[in-house]
Parts: sequence; structure tokens; C-alpha cells
Amino acid sequence: MSGEPLLSVDGLSTWIGAGDDVVRAVDQVSFEIRKGETFALVGESGCGKSMTALSIMRLLPDGAGIVGGGVHFGGRDLASLPEREMREVRGRRIAMIFQEPATSLNPVLPVGRQVEEVLVRHAGLRGGAARARVQELFESVGIPDAVRRLDEYPFQLSGGLRQRVMIAIALACEPDLLIADEPTTALDVTIQAQVLDLLAELQRRTGMAMLLITHDLAVVAQMSARVAVMYAGQIVESARTRRFLDKPGHPYARMLLRALPGTDARSGRLASIPGAIPDLRQTFAGCRFAPRCDRVVEACRQSTQTLGAVGDGWEVRCSRVEAATVGQGASPAMPAAPATSRSTGGRQSAAPLLDVQGLQVHFPVKRGLLRRTAAMVRAVDGVDLRLEAGTTVALVGESGCGKTTVGKSIVQLIRPTAGRVVFAGTDLCGLDEQRLARLRKGFQMVFQDPFSSLDPRMRVNEILEEGMVALCPEIGAIERSRRIDSLLERVGLGVAAKGRYPHEFSGGQRQRIAIARALAVEPKVLVCDEPTSALDVSVQAQILNLLKDIQEEMGLAYLFITHNLSVVEYLADEVAVMYLGRIVEQGTAREVLSSPVHPYTQALLAAVPRINSSASRQGRLAGDPPSPTAPPVGCHFQPRCPHATDTCRRDYPASRQVSSTHSVHCILDRPRSAG
Amino acid sequence: MGGYLLRRLLYAIPILLGVNILTFSLFFVVNTPDDMARMQLGVKRVTPEAIEQWKREREYDRPLLLNTQAEGAARLTDTIFFKHSLSLFSFDFGRSESDGRDIAHEIRKRMVPSLSVAVPVFVVGLAFYVSFALMLVFFRGTSIDTSGVVLCVAAMSISGMFYIIGGQYLVGKLWHWTPISGFGQGPDAWRFLLLPILVALVSSLGEDSRLFRSFFLEEIHKDYVRTARAKGLGESRILFHHVLRNALIPILTGAVVVIPRLFLGSLILESFFGIPGLGSYTIDAINSQDFAVVRTMVFLGSLLYIVGLILTDLSYTLVDPRVRLQ
Amino acid sequence: MNLPFQPVVLWTDGLLFLLVAVVLGFVRWSRHEEHLRAPWRKVARSRGGMIAVTVLVLYAGVALLDSLHYRRALPTDKPGAEVTYAPEVLSVLDTFARPLRDGSERTFSAPFAATAFVKETITRADGTQVRDFPRLRYGGRLLENPDVERVPDIARRALGGLAAGVLLWVTLAGLVTGYVAHRSGETFAEVSAAAWRGEHALPLRAILLTLGGACAVIVPLLVLSAHYHVLGTDKVGQDVFYLTLKSIRTGLVIGTITTLVMLPFALALGIMAGYFGGWVDDVIQYLYTTLSSIPGVLLIAASVLMMQVYMDTHADTFDSITRRADFRLMFLCVILGVTSWTGLCRLLRGETLKLRELDYVQAARAFGVSPWRIMLRHVLPNVLHLVIITTVLGFSALVLAEAVLSYVGVGVDPAMNSFGTMINAARLEMAREPIVWWSLFSAFVFMFVLVLCANLFADAVRDALDPRMREQVSPAAALRRARALAASTRSVA
Repeated sequence: MSGEPLLSVDGLSTWIGAGDDVVRAVDQVSFEIRKGETFALVGESGCGKSMTALSIMRLLPDGAGIVGGGVHFGGRDLASLPEREMREVRGRRIAMIFQEPATSLNPVLPVGRQVEEVLVRHAGLRGGAARARVQELFESVGIPDAVRRLDEYPFQLSGGLRQRVMIAIALACEPDLLIADEPTTALDVTIQAQVLDLLAELQRRTGMAMLLITHDLAVVAQMSARVAVMYAGQIVESARTRRFLDKPGHPYARMLLRALPGTDARSGRLASIPGAIPDLRQTFAGCRFAPRCDRVVEACRQSTQTLGAVGDGWEVRCSRVEAATVGQGASPAMPAAPATSRSTGGRQSAAPLLDVQGLQVHFPVKRGLLRRTAAMVRAVDGVDLRLEAGTTVALVGESGCGKTTVGKSIVQLIRPTAGRVVFAGTDLCGLDEQRLARLRKGFQMVFQDPFSSLDPRMRVNEILEEGMVALCPEIGAIERSRRIDSLLERVGLGVAAKGRYPHEFSGGQRQRIAIARALAVEPKVLVCDEPTSALDVSVQAQILNLLKDIQEEMGLAYLFITHNLSVVEYLADEVAVMYLGRIVEQGTAREVLSSPVHPYTQALLAAVPRINSSASRQGRLAGDPPSPTAPPVGCHFQPRCPHATDTCRRDYPASRQVSSTHSVHCILDRPRSAG
Repeated sequence: MGGYLLRRLLYAIPILLGVNILTFSLFFVVNTPDDMARMQLGVKRVTPEAIEQWKREREYDRPLLLNTQAEGAARLTDTIFFKHSLSLFSFDFGRSESDGRDIAHEIRKRMVPSLSVAVPVFVVGLAFYVSFALMLVFFRGTSIDTSGVVLCVAAMSISGMFYIIGGQYLVGKLWHWTPISGFGQGPDAWRFLLLPILVALVSSLGEDSRLFRSFFLEEIHKDYVRTARAKGLGESRILFHHVLRNALIPILTGAVVVIPRLFLGSLILESFFGIPGLGSYTIDAINSQDFAVVRTMVFLGSLLYIVGLILTDLSYTLVDPRVRLQ
Repeated sequence: MNLPFQPVVLWTDGLLFLLVAVVLGFVRWSRHEEHLRAPWRKVARSRGGMIAVTVLVLYAGVALLDSLHYRRALPTDKPGAEVTYAPEVLSVLDTFARPLRDGSERTFSAPFAATAFVKETITRADGTQVRDFPRLRYGGRLLENPDVERVPDIARRALGGLAAGVLLWVTLAGLVTGYVAHRSGETFAEVSAAAWRGEHALPLRAILLTLGGACAVIVPLLVLSAHYHVLGTDKVGQDVFYLTLKSIRTGLVIGTITTLVMLPFALALGIMAGYFGGWVDDVIQYLYTTLSSIPGVLLIAASVLMMQVYMDTHADTFDSITRRADFRLMFLCVILGVTSWTGLCRLLRGETLKLRELDYVQAARAFGVSPWRIMLRHVLPNVLHLVIITTVLGFSALVLAEAVLSYVGVGVDPAMNSFGTMINAARLEMAREPIVWWSLFSAFVFMFVLVLCANLFADAVRDALDPRMREQVSPAAALRRARALAASTRSVA
């Protein structure tokens, strides 16, 4: 890796706001990107990585501005370039794609026009020539049926296609540098794999450099040659990716890597980083990571740390870097065979705690003069699940497959259209609200978004009390208060939290409150709907540990709804994979994850980026999931299935036992070892 | 689309019926036809015979809701409610109670003066306020924007009546540019229209421009604008090509709902300027307590509002590709 | 009990004081609720908002003084006899402004005039008759020779008033600063120094300057009005300054009590429609579509006409002109309330539809909490900011609407003083030569200041409460500030 740097960021500082509330979002950040190279900037939310990217492009939001440093690109300092000249750089020399393809395209302009605009602006192409070039671009980013798509509007495209359009816009003028700001975070894992493959391939073809902004270390491992880790507005470590993953220097980086859930962490607790990221409104005296660091010494708190070279192209902002790296390589072992899961064989008792049989939830689509029901969205279409006390069943699937609806209809927030949900011997479906209310304390739910799941107008005390007041009227005020205290202690918040409002807590702390709220009525079953997907990796580890501890103490049964397979590997005893409203494969975690039978499960597993292995290209899924309004004839998966036969196109495959605990809806018998 | 229209029109029937029942009960819960006759004939010299005759001539000599003396369908149709309220559905408006003129004829006659003020105000106003708001947004963060907003807030704090009085005094009386009030026919008609149109434009400058400015500002903070900037587009291209198009959705659809009601004219403006339109007709009817005209105008107002709502939905499909009616 | 007066509580008085109590109670309550206190603290720190509040407090003071009604005891000769009270209902404001009430002229007179506006035939002491401007009974009554003495007299009194105003301002400023110092735990000197430099967290300098401006205008006006009609007199010779002060109450009553009437409808129906959906939603939607489809003025006109008939037939219920006018005012508020709840209702319905799907409402449902309790505990507190914003925004619209309705003839009782009746009467005089401008001028100034302040306050409230309204910091200014700050911290480090 040599040659002139293409982009060199030098001591860049970007502040947001003014006065006492000024947020020092980016603080003296420096790095270089060479021609054709992929450089990843990785960090948790709020660490300043996106602000760095926006500063380079000078696209900062109102109120934010570059207050120091330079961005040298092609012999000029972008930070002080007049706006007019900066416009010549944007879109032509440096292009950018954003996280949310759903909002990043203008909703009222055809997508073809939005690409054409760049060509008109920078390449002087017009009319037929421009249109031909757009079509060419669409084809090169893998948009099927490109001619027709030119005149479609963003809302007519799926998320994956929208991101491809964004990439086409970015590539239109063959820029020297592409800045990709969390390009796949909003996408499903199979679509993420497609987009990452596309980016890598385009880069190979055009030779452009790429600045990849992401929070996902696995994406970094797969995509980039060099990486810089940001923490609290500063770069704390930069190194070659391989070296970094093998032997991270900075304590933060090391702890971050160990916090990743996965099969190998299964037996024990995840290494989590205590505390939360610091507020960037303060001025720091010592190391910014010191309060959370496991190797902190007094000197760390007193003097600021500088980024120092440790080896060739390896810099760490930690004076104790030697101490930190001595001994263990931080990287977990290479994927071994999954550890034996807690035995599930003998646990199929006669009467499970929760038994879901043939669950269906259909939403009517009303049309016509009299608002007659014209069609049904079969959000959930025949789901069977069994849940034993003290075990975790993971329900896995991509967005829109109906997994959240399953969760909500089990706790009867959505009344099922058909089927039975038998809890402790009583079928919940068809019970009236009053009789249901008596049973409700047996099953509770933890929601995905910690920001919308707590009423912002209520104190923590009131939030925790609500369920007890409604469901356990026999508990008096004193006992209630005592129970709240012990719950808050249990979830690691402390009694002091009682009188405070949700907005005073971070995302992870809020999720602890939400868990405490559910536990307040002492349920037997807890439905966890993506409880960690809105959280950062280090915080996710805290929450997963907490859930696991609580399960061991109280013998709770979890229905864990998630799209994140590494969380499943870490936590689940049994796994059910959902596709388009139905479970396609079900079995113990080991069976499903290490010898998946259904082609969809196989593809899902193949699509997950891994830190420790270079990505395999085999088994990539093409296309998008179909709509549940009009599911494909025959097997729902057949249009995307590489092995589909005529039988698959005709009939939905019946359930087939692979083993006593492992069943699959597929006629093909081709188990494949994962990874 | 056709089915959608039909459904919306059918839904209009219960609403209009509700409106009729409401106005009917407002008039007759505390008021009797005798009171009305007494009021129209003048309180002093009324004989019972005169009242009876007044009621007979205007078909008020029947029961309100149910005619127990009639047979069959006439039990329901030979009532005041049917003759005076439900008849509106067939656009049979009857005659004015104060001067006995045919209301439908008056409406046709007075529509033209109303429209000749309202339409220019609507069209020029929309264009002017949008441009003004765009200008403020273009210069956002500068003193031009700040002083524009201050101007808007100050302008919207002044009662419309002061604009009219001030306009009449300055333009009409002091400078003699236009007649103070009145309405003319023929080639000189525009001279009379100029001042009311001008006054109307100025009087809603503050409120509308500020509203439109907020629409623009809301759009300008969205992600797609950032994408447009990342393409290297200039500020004016972003504003006119991207932001304007999106902000026009709420602006246009908000404007479309009032289009049908332009027919009814403006009460205050027409009354102050002596324009013989439907606005001043309504005011005269209120002042002479002419229930027949008030009832008709209420019905027309509601009908046109519903038409406006339907037009709004249709206009959404034109300006917003995401909206499809079914 | 032989009181020298008998308190009279009119309908609108009662409601107005109820409203004051509600607002004070809300303020007390929200001091304990952090999520309410934070936005109000933001309002308290906005300069425009606090200037507006200062002015609005003055207006509210006048309106409240004008809402304490009583009847005077009639003088009796016999001691110990049953006291009888005058039929005329007066307010405390009337008592303060007694010279103005009693000092009416025959007809028009210009502001600060000592003579009438139109010439009359005057019979002199010697019996000859001339056509001249007659002396006023009240305006400049102490002057021997108005032509010479009037201007110096006015200047002298104005200066005296100004001095008194400055004195009052110093006192008030001291009190305000002292209060702020007491609340924040700083010393008086610290607060006043910070206020002087314009650096206090509260826009204290702006507030004190506004108070100063108000003192400098109002006190001289009050001093002068003891000897002159500072804003002239109207057609029947009433003092326009007095009429304008009386109009303030009408405007404030309409702007606030209408809201009080409208809120229960909008809140209950809007939240129910959004939360329950289904047929409840259908019925409520039908209701408000029907009501909002009727042109507002016509619905109000029809209702007011109906009410007039009722009042004519029940004339005996209203024993005085004041009661009658008051009843009509209250009825107008009710009608305006009934016609104006639809907008807020639709807004609340939409917001509730969104809230209903939020996870914390779902969590409450999973606990089997009853729908009514969810609406009360979860939905209502989370739509309260919308209610406050709409209420404050609606105030100025209602004050403006009153003027229009009075013009159309369906506004307040003609016997009641209001901006609308003033404009209506004054506009007919615009055709005079020379023009009679002062009535219109007074109505314009007082109304403009009221509505402008209401709008400014509404803006401040909306900026603080609406989560969608991000603070629109101008990028250039923010950058300048950030750069300056960066430079300063660097020099420290």
C-alpha cells in the first residue's frame, strides 16, 4: 500500500450548536485514504463518524460547522474551498450514499431523472444520451428491467433497489472517492449481502477509493483494507483491518470485538463495556474512555492521550497499549463447531408452557364502492410454536415476514384470525378482555424501540407501577414500592432512577427499564421483539447478558424475535425461521444453524457477514421477498430458490421431520454445513 | 377512480342532510313561522290575517316535520322541512323572504362580480405568496429572511378591516387612483376591481407567506435535499427543482379546497366595496334576517366545501405520484 | 350587611376567573413535571416571547380590573334603612376611570383638544351669537385661554407624567430584579449587572426595557387623561381612551373563553375517534365534517339570530343592559367554540392514531389497562403540547374574528364596547372632512399590539413545545459563534 494519498483529513474538528451546548462532534480527526483503497471508519452511534463524512463533503446540517483542520483532496483544501467550487467536487470527484434509501431519494421525481440530473450537472449530457447512460448505470448496479425502472418513483422500488439507485447516482460521474455512510444498515441481511457485493465489485471495476462508515465490525472485516475506530469524536485506533481484528490495540476496540455475540460466546457471558458513551458537550481532562476502561490507571484520567504509532501504519490512542495487548489476542477463536447447546432433547414434555397452533393473522384490504374486503394480507399464515419454561425460542426472519405480528398476537395485542394460543392450559384466542386480563400477567412483551416503548411523560416509578396496579391489585403500595426497588436493582439501574423521566436515560438504560416493567408482574413467558436491534454492540451485550441471567434466575421462557443471527447463535435453544408468514424451518439451535436444510435458511446464514472468515459468495439470494398480499403459487420461496423444481412451483411443501426436533417445509434434502 | 368519486359523492348526501337538519333546527327550535312572519312584516302593524297570508304565500302554513292531516307520502312531503330544506337538494332555492326575488336567479346574477374579484385574488395571491416565501427561504439565515418574517408577523396582526379602510383612504380618497367603492360594467370595470383585489392580496400576505415558508423549511431539512447537495447541485436548482415540487403538495392541495368556494365571494370585501356579489348578498340577508337566503347559502357553502374536498383528493393524484385513489 | 357596594358576578366574569384559576393551577402543576417545565423554561428564555408576555400581562390586568363588577349603594337619608343598590353594574376599571366616564362631551373632539371638532352657534355672555368651536366640558377645562396655554400645559403635564413613569419603572424593575435574584439565588447586584449587559439567562433586559417603554407611554397618558381626552371623543362625546380600555376585556374574553368551551369537545371527541376507530371514529368524523362544511360566519350568524329571538321573548330574564350584553357575549363564545373545535379535533384524532400504535401504549394494553385509563394516562399527556399550541395560536385569530363578526352584525351586543363596534362606528366617519381618525387609530393601535404580542407569544410557545420545530439556527451565525468559541478555548489550553 503506497502512493500519494487521495484524501488526507488533517486535524478536522466539527462542532454543532453554540454557546454552552456546543457539541464537539468531531475533534481533531486525521486520516488518509489512498487511491483505490477502502478505508473504514467504525464506531458506535454518536461517535462522530457520520459527522466526519459530512464534513468532508461539507454537507453539515444547520448549526454545525468545521471549526478547525483541513481536508486535502486533489491538492486543495476542501474545508476552505468556496461553495461554488465545492459543488464541482461533490458528485463528480467525491460521491456519497446514505443510510436511509427510503428518504434519501426525492419522492416525487422519477428515479431515472434523479440520476440524469448528475449527468446534466457534471458531464453535460442531455436528452437521449443522458438517458442511455442512466440505463447503462442501472444495469451496472444490477437493477433488473432497467428501462422500465427509469420512469418509476422511489416508492415503487424496494429498499434494496432504492439503495442501488443511490449507488447509480454516486457512480454516475465515476468519482475518485465514494463515501458510503452506513450503506446497508437499513437493509435486510440478504439485501445487505447483495449491496456489499455490488460495492466491492464496482470498486474493483472502476478503481475508486471508498470511505466506508459503519458500526458493524463484520462489514469492516469483509470490505475494507484499513480501519479507524472512533470513540467520542476522536480516532482511538487506526490499523490494517486484518491486524486490527487479530490484535486490537486500544482497550475500547478490544472490548468492542469481544462484545459481539456469536456461537463461540454461547456458553458464557458476553464481554460488555460498562457505562455509556460520554456527553460531547463537556471538555475532557483525561482519556475519554477512562471511565469505562478495564485497564484504567490514574494517569489515564489526568492527561489526554495522543494517537501514537505502535507499528507500521498502526496508531493507537492509549499510552498503555503495550499493557493492553499483552497476553491475549482479543479476537475470538475461529469458528469451531458450535458449542453444544443446552440439551433440548429430553425437554419435549407433554404440556408446554405456551403452545401456538395454526396461528393466523390476516388483515383485510378494503376496496371498491362499499369497502368490501377485496384481498387479505396474510401477515401470519399458520404458525406452530412450543415454548418450555426456562428455554429460549428464537423466531428469525427478515423485515415484513410477520415475526412481530406473531409476537403481538401471542400476547393478544392483535387478536388472531384463526388458530390457538394455549397458555398454561387455556386458549387465549376468543377470551373476552376481562378474562384475558386475569391471565395477562403470565405473558409480557419487550419492544424493539427503547425510545417509543416508554411513555415520555411518566416517571420510571409510574412506568413500573402501571402493570402491577392493573394486574396485581392485591399488592399494596408498600409492597409495590419494594418490588420496584428490587427490580431496578436487578436490572442494574439503582433506586435513584425511580423519580426520573425516560429521556434522562440512554437507549440501553431505557431497555433495562422496559425489561423491568415487563418483569414487574412476574410473567412466565416474555416475548422479546428485537430488544437489542436499536442498540449499539457494547450495549447490546449488556442487555443480552441481563436477559440470560434473568432467565437462569427466574426460569422464564423467551420468545426472542430477531433478524440478527449472531444474537440467535448466542442465546437460542430452539430456532424457527420465518418467511412470508410461515415457519419454513424449525429445530434446535445447533440443528438449524449448523446444518440448515431449507435453502432460505442456508442463504440467510450465508449472507451474514463474519469477522473471522472471508465472505463466501455462494448461496447469495437474488431479488426481494414477495408481498404477503399475493404470495407466489406453490412454495413461497420458489421464485428466489436456486433449487426450485416444478413441484415447488405447484404445491406448498408439507412439513418434513429431519430429526425428532428438526422439521422443515422443503422437499429437497440437501443439508449443508454452514459458514 | 370512478368508484372512488361515486363513493365520495354518496358520502356527501348524509353530510348535506346533516347540514340541513342543523340549520332547520337552529331556525325552528326557538322560532316559529309566526315569529318569522311578524319579523318580516314589521312588528308594529301585523294582523293575524297578514301573518296567515304571509305564511300561505311562502308555504309556511304547514307542520314542521310531520303532516298528520295529509295522506300517504304527503304526510312527510307536505311539511316545512320538506318544502324548504330538502328541496334544496334539487337546487330549488325558492324566493327571498325579504324582497320576494328568485334566489337562484340572484345567485346566477351575482356570481360574476364575486368571481371577478375572487379569482384574480386567488391566482395572483398563490403565485405571489409562493414566490415571496421562496425568496425568504432562499435567503434564509440572512437579514432579508428575518425582516421578511417580522413583516409577515406584523402584517398578520392587523385586522383585515384596517387593510380595507386604509386602502380606501389612501388609494381612493387621498391619491384618487381608483374609485373608493362600487362596481362597474364594461371597459372601465377593472378600475373598480383593482383596489379590492389589491387590498385582499396585501391582507393575507403575512399569514400565507409565513405558512408557505414553513412548508419549504420543513422540506429543506429532509434527506433527499442532502442527496441533491451531494450531487453538486446549486442552491437554486435544489430549491426550484426539488424543494418546490415537494412543498407544492401541501400548498396546492390546501389551495384546491377553497376553489369551489370562490363562487361565494368574500363577505367583508364585497360589503365594504359595494360589490354586488354573493358575499354582500349574504350579509344583506343576515341583516334583514332572511332565512331563505341564509339557508340556501349554508347549503351551497357545504356543497362546495365537499366538492372542494373531492377536488383536493383528485389533485393529490396529480401532484403526488405516491397517491392512488381507489 | 350594609356594604357600600354589592358584588356582581357576570357569566363571563365567572368564566374568566375560572380560566385564570385553571391557568394558575396548570402552572403550579407543571412546575413539578419536568417535561412541562423544560419547554416553559425555553419560552421564558425567548426574548420575543417574554416581551410579548410583559405586554399581555398589562392587557390582562386591564381586562381583570374590568371584570370585577359591582353595584353601588344608593345614598339614603335614614340610617339603618335597607340599602338599595343602583341598577347600573360597574367594574373596578370604571371606578378608576370615573372622570373619563363622567367627563363626556356632546360630540367629536380631537385628541388633546380643548374645543370641539365642529363649529356650533354659541351664545356669548353679551347675548351675541357666533359660529365657533365651543369649549369642551372636560378637555382642557382648567385653561383660561386654550390657544396660548394648551400646548405648554400638555408639555408640562406630560413631563410630569414621564417623571412619574420613570419612578414607577425604577420601582418595578427593582421588584422584578429582586424577585429573579431571590428565585435564582444570586445577589441583586449580580442579576442587575447581568441584565444590564443583556447576559442573564432570562431576557431580563428586554423585559425591563419593555416595562420601561410601557411606563413611559402609559403613565403620562394617564396623567394627561385627567385633564384631556387623550384619544379624543366619539360621535356621542364619549372618551375614546376609555372605550378602548373597555374593549380590551371583550377581546380577551372572546379569545380565551371560546377556548374553554371548545377544549372539552375537541379533546374528548378527537382522542376517542383516534383511539377507538371503527364506528366511533365514523360518527365523530361525520360530525366534524358536517360542522366544518358549513361556512363559519353563516353558522354563527344563524345561531346569533336564533339567540336574539330567544332574548327578545325572554326579555325579563335580563334585568340590565349589562347582563343582556354579557349573556350575548358568552353565547358568542359558546357558538365560536362549537364551530371551532373541529380543527383541533381532527388534529388530535390524527395524533392519537399515531400514539395508539406506539409501543408504550401497546405495553399498557398488554397489562390489560382499560382504554379510558390509557387515553387519560398515556394519550392525553402526550397530545397536551398540541392543545397548548393550538389554543395560543387560536387566541389572536379569535380577537380578529370578533371585529369581523361585529361588522357583519352578529358579533357582540351593540351596547358592549369592543374593537369591532369601535371600528364599525369609526369607519362611517372616514368620509368626513377633515377626517375623524382617532377612534380608528386607537382601535388599530390597541388591537395591533394585542394581536402582535399574542402572535409573538404563540411563536415562542410553538418553538418550545413542538418537537418538529427544530431551532432554526442560521448556519452562518452558528459557525461564527462556534469558531469564536474554538479560538477562545484554544487560547486557554
